[in-house]
Order: sequence, then structure tokens, then C-alpha cells
Amino acid sequence: MNRNTLFGGAYAVAFFSFLFGPLVIMVITAFNSSKFPRVVPWECFTTGWFGELFGNQRLMDGLLNSVIIGAGVVALAVPIGLAGALALSELPSKLRATLYTVLILPILIPGVVLGISTIVLWGQISRGFGAGGLYNGYFLTIVGQITFISAYAMLVFIARLQRFDATQTEAALDLGATPGQAFRKILLPFMAPAIGSAAFITLLASFENYNTTVFTVLSESTFTTALASKVRHGTDPSLSALAVIIITITLVGALTNEAYQRRKEAEMGGRASRSPLYANPVTRALTHPGVVFAILVGIIAVVSFAGSRHDSSMCEAAVLQEKLDRQEELRAAQKARIEAEQKQQSTLPKSNSAFGGAFGGLGGATPAPESAEPAAPKPESPSAFGGAFGGITAPKLEE
Amino acid sequence: MPDTSRPDQTPDRSVLLDHVSIRFGNFTAVDNANLKINSGEFFSFLGPSGCGKTTLLRCISGFSEPTEGKVLIGGKDMAGVGPNKRPTALIFQHLALFPLMSVADNIAFPLEVRGVSKKERRKRADELLEMIALPGIGDKKVSELSGGQKQRVAIARALAVEPDILLLDEPLSALDLKLRQHMRTELRAIQKQVGVTFIYITHDQGEALTMSDRVAVMSKGVIEQVGEPDRIYNRPRSAFVASFVGENNALQGVIKVQSGETAALDTPMGTFEARVGGGRKYKAGDKALLFVRPEQLVPGAGDNAFEATLTRQEFEGATNHVFAKAGDSELRVSMVNAGLAGSLPAAGETLSLGFAPMNATILPVADMASDT
Repeated sequence: MNRNTLFGGAYAVAFFSFLFGPLVIMVITAFNSSKFPRVVPWECFTTGWFGELFGNQRLMDGLLNSVIIGAGVVALAVPIGLAGALALSELPSKLRATLYTVLILPILIPGVVLGISTIVLWGQISRGFGAGGLYNGYFLTIVGQITFISAYAMLVFIARLQRFDATQTEAALDLGATPGQAFRKILLPFMAPAIGSAAFITLLASFENYNTTVFTVLSESTFTTALASKVRHGTDPSLSALAVIIITITLVGALTNEAYQRRKEAEMGGRASRSPLYANPVTRALTHPGVVFAILVGIIAVVSFAGSRHDSSMCEAAVLQEKLDRQEELRAAQKARIEAEQKQQSTLPKSNSAFGGAFGGLGGATPAPESAEPAAPKPESPSAFGGAFGGITAPKLEE
Repeated sequence: MPDTSRPDQTPDRSVLLDHVSIRFGNFTAVDNANLKINSGEFFSFLGPSGCGKTTLLRCISGFSEPTEGKVLIGGKDMAGVGPNKRPTALIFQHLALFPLMSVADNIAFPLEVRGVSKKERRKRADELLEMIALPGIGDKKVSELSGGQKQRVAIARALAVEPDILLLDEPLSALDLKLRQHMRTELRAIQKQVGVTFIYITHDQGEALTMSDRVAVMSKGVIEQVGEPDRIYNRPRSAFVASFVGENNALQGVIKVQSGETAALDTPMGTFEARVGGGRKYKAGDKALLFVRPEQLVPGAGDNAFEATLTRQEFEGATNHVFAKAGDSELRVSMVNAGLAGSLPAAGETLSLGFAPMNATILPVADMASDT
């Protein structure tokens, strides 16, 4: 192996680590029972965080809201984007450039501005016309998001339309189709893949939007805003569990799509007859995109079911016990040290008050050796380790 | 509307262009086109690109309206009638087959939009595939067809609802030479078979002359001449037609005297007698052009004899193209290959050439200027 390939290999490893490292770490943390998302120290394998995630009412309500809003945005932004792209393609070039800039502008405006302006505008409208029903989080979020998401859809459609041969429509008209028929039977089938991608992109853009939504959603919350507020109050591995779910969905989608593309390519290129995979009826059926999808979903279902049966409470209890023991040990050691110090202090003359300031914080909080009760640990213990274990041990100690 | 039930008497499939002008702003694409295309005729518009022939075709098919004048199809004024309501079918230059549909669906598309049942459509598509001699390809994709097959499928699609007029916009230009020649014969045969009026647009004079009943030669939006192919070739009425259709030698000169059908023209190479084109009248001293075709320049003395020096030649099998200098002008002479029995002249040789007065045409200079 020469130096170039060595460097290339190292670079590739570094590159992919950079890309996928965080995802891998995140997936691992989702199965660690540690209350804080981390890989080391590994405590117990657990699937409890998924339960914790689904048990979070605020997140689940947000998810439902996101789905409702996403559906609304797709239903509106895709037709609006298509109409915009068609209008642009029909216009003379000078007017087209101007209209293009106008239609693209919402993408360039910060989402915060769009969000605020949406609530201000619709606030005015609902007050002015007494249509108070319009002033709710769902409607405002859909309206606010489509102002710029429809422009995304439009860009997708413009790209596709540029490859459309306008004489196709003319041919359809010439052969007796009405303009409506020419649109439905010629242009729409041609645009179908772009409609699919536009729907997907608009759904994702709606789902993940925060800047605009956080204003327009008012007292409701979407999945993203709920997630953001959860993170603000401290993170836990249930977010990693969420990441695992999202990565899984993406992988299933990507694999199914890959199966579909490969099959299509094989059929188009006439490679189907040459590939042994397509010759055998069993493997041919197995590589069908639908079957691939079904198999993947089946695997996930089995893994999920097995995961849901997994009980890590024994292990977690053991870990907890271990921690408590360790804490106890540390406390005992500390106590011994303090006692030793005090003993030493009592042998010194009382007038040596110069040291009293130095140890004052410690000594003052420490009860007199006579009144100390070694069996009862105190939560307010000034132990340096208390902070690290505090989050875990504190509730248990209350019991 | 073209109807599938054929009436007993043949329908009127004529097209009348009644003083049609089409302008885009200040630009005149078609200037006062005024002609009648007869029912069942194979009619070609021939002209260089940009001469307005496609504009005229789009106007007949209904994609644009004339700025002035009227288009009548079957005696009916087509003003305000959209392309989907006219009894015309247009075959586009690039055919515009629908790539997402099968061949049969393509052909049956005109029936589909008219609400014909699926079974009926399939039956008609199979009939049409039979007619274009491509049976059994109905389930193929358009992308799987060869150029010639696509061509025929486009024709079948256009004929699916039996239009009165079939308009063809240079449909053969994308094919290779052999296939193009084959399709010429085929098109002509299909036209004879279905009896539909064909209006054919081309810049290829070979196509226009071989297929058409009549040809209209267009230049810069103006129809220069309408007539049968042999009349267009042998009796050009303008310098543009003389030089655009086929090869021609042009000699500049001054009219000496006109006597009825013929006139004598003084040129730097001598005085020649020739037929006067377009029945025009000239005075002595008028400037004019004499056109004589390369194959009409024959060796040996006789009428209109002159001498020229052979400069170069291009051998092309049956014909030997000879370029000869006479005076200031280089002339093109086509000589039939006499084979081994004859002999080819060599460069630098002096040739004695001549031409019959009836085989040369005197035409005015004015419209030659509009050509260049």
C-alpha cells in the first residue's frame, strides 16, 4: 500500500466518522440506562427510553399537531408551487425574472420575520372581520409556513418543467384534447415524480420548521417546538431514542427506494435477463421493493417487540446499588478524614484561630463528632461526588 | 370536427388562405399569402428556415390566428376555432409522441379525449398499426422504437380520428438519408390510401419535388411561386425560385431586345437568347439575370455557344460536376458519366458549351437582391 492510498483511506475514515460518528454515538446512548445521554460509563442495556419517549404527552401531542400541520402544508403548498411554476413558464422572459424574484423572496426572509408578520396580519384580519376562529395555532402555522414552503415546491417544479417539451401539450391540443385534458393527461403525469418530491420536501420543511412555527403556533406546540423546549430544560436519552426512530425510518425509506431504483434500472437497461437475481423467481420476488419494505418493517416489528419485553430493572437496580455503595464508601472515607482532622484540631491550642477561617466552611457544616450519626447519610453532604450522582441518588434516597 | 363515420360523398378537405398576413410586432412573418390547397392534394411549402412556412402551418392548425385575412378549411372560416376543434392534425418536427404512454395509447390518444371506450380504442389502434405496417408493437414504449417507427406511429396517431387535413412540419429532417428516402415513398403511399389533404413543410427541395402534387416556394414571408414540381423547376418565376430550387448558374446582363417569349441579353460572355420568365416585359437596356441549369449546359457548339476554361471537377458517380470559368463568372456544368467509352476532361482544358434558349430563363434582378 503506497502513501496515497493510505492517506486516502485515512481521509475516508475521518470523513465518514465526521458524518456518521454523531449518529452512531446517539444510537448507542439510546440504549444506555444512564440518565444523561452518554456511552461511557456504560451502565445497562435498556429499551426504557423508548417507553419514556412515547410516554411524554407533550411530545406526542406535538407530533400529532405536526402531522396535522404538515398535511395541511403539503395539501396547500404543492398546488400553489405548481401553479407558480406553471405561471413562470408561461410568462415572457422579462416578466418571468421579476415574478421569480418576488416568489422566491419568502425563502430569503428570516423565518422569525415571517412568523411575527403572520400573527400580526392575521390578528388584524381576525379582529377586523370578527373571524376569531382563524386566529388559532394550526391555521396560522399552516399559513405562515406555506408562505415560504410553497416556494420550495415551486423550485422543484421549475426544475422539472424545464425539461418539459411544450410541443407535447400542443400535440395533445391538436389531437383534440381540451386544455384541461392536456393538463391532466400529459403535463400532470410528466410532473408526477416532481409532485412526489415536492410533497416530501414540503412535509419535511413543515415538520422541522422552528423559527416561524414558534411564533405562529401560539399556545399549541408542534413536535419541533416541544422538542426544543424539552432540550432547554435538560436533555435525556429519550431524545436519542427519537433519533433512533428517525434514522430507522430514513434507512427503511432509502433501502426501499434503492430496491425500486435498481429494479427499474435493470428493467430499463435490459439487465434484468442477465442478472441471476432476476432469473430466479424466489430472489426476484425477494428483491421487489414492496417485499423489501415488508421484510424491513417485519424485522423492525420483531426487534421492537423483543425490545419491549426486555426488562433492565434488575441491572439498573444493581447499578444503583453499586453507586449507593460507592457513595457510602466515599462518604465514610470523608467522614473518617474529617474526624481525623477534628481530632488533630482539638489537640491544637484553641487560640490558633488562623486555621479556623481556612477550614471554617468545612468544619462549620460538619456536626460535632459526638452528635454525628454515621448510618444516616445527608443529601446536603459537601461531598465532591454528590453532584455527579445527585441526580440519580436523590430521588431514591427520598423513598 | 372530424367524425369517424364517413359520409357517402367525400368531404371538402380544401384549405383556402385568403390574403393571410401574420405579424409579430414590426416583423412580418407571412405576407399576404393567398392560395387554395385542393381537397386530397399533397401540397408542400418549400423555403429556407425563417421564411415563415412553419408560422403559416401553425396558423392553419390553429395555434395562432392570422393578423389579417382568413383561413378557411372545407369552406368554413376558422377564425376563433382552437386547434382542438379544427379538422387538422399536425405532425411535429420532433413528432411529440407522449413518452409516458405505450405506442397503442399514443395512437388512441385522440380517441381517448373524445370519450371512446377502451376496447374500441385498442381495436382502432391495432387497425392503424396494421396500416403503418407495424402490427403488434402496441404495448411497446415509445423509447423502444426506431426513428422510422416513431415517424409512422406519429402518422398513425394523427390519422386516428381521420382528420381532413394532415399538416407535417419537416417530419423527416431527423432521419438519416436512406430512411428519409424510404419515408418519402411511404408518406406518399399513405396519402394516396387515406385521401387526406397533406400539407407538408420542408426546406428540402428534394422532398418537396418528389412527393408533392404542388409546391409553394416561400421566401421572407412571401409566397414566390405556386405550381407543380416540374413547373417550379423548369419555369421559375423569380430569381429566388430559380436559385433556391435546384442548382442554377446566374449571369448578369442587359436586355438587348425582347421579342415575345424570348429576349436577347448582353452579358460579359457574349449575347445570349433565352426564354423570358414570368411573362414579363423588358425594355432594351433593362438589367436582368439569365439562369441556366448545370445540366442544360451541353458541350459542343449550337445555340448560345461560348467557351469556358475548366477549373476543377467533382466526380459523383453518375454525374461529373464540372466548374468552368467564362469571363468573370464560374459556371457549374453537370456532365453525365459516359463511362470508359467516354473520357473526362482535364483541368485547364477549354470547353465549348452552349444551351437551348428555351432551357434558360431571364428574370428580373430586383428580387435577387431580396434573396441575399
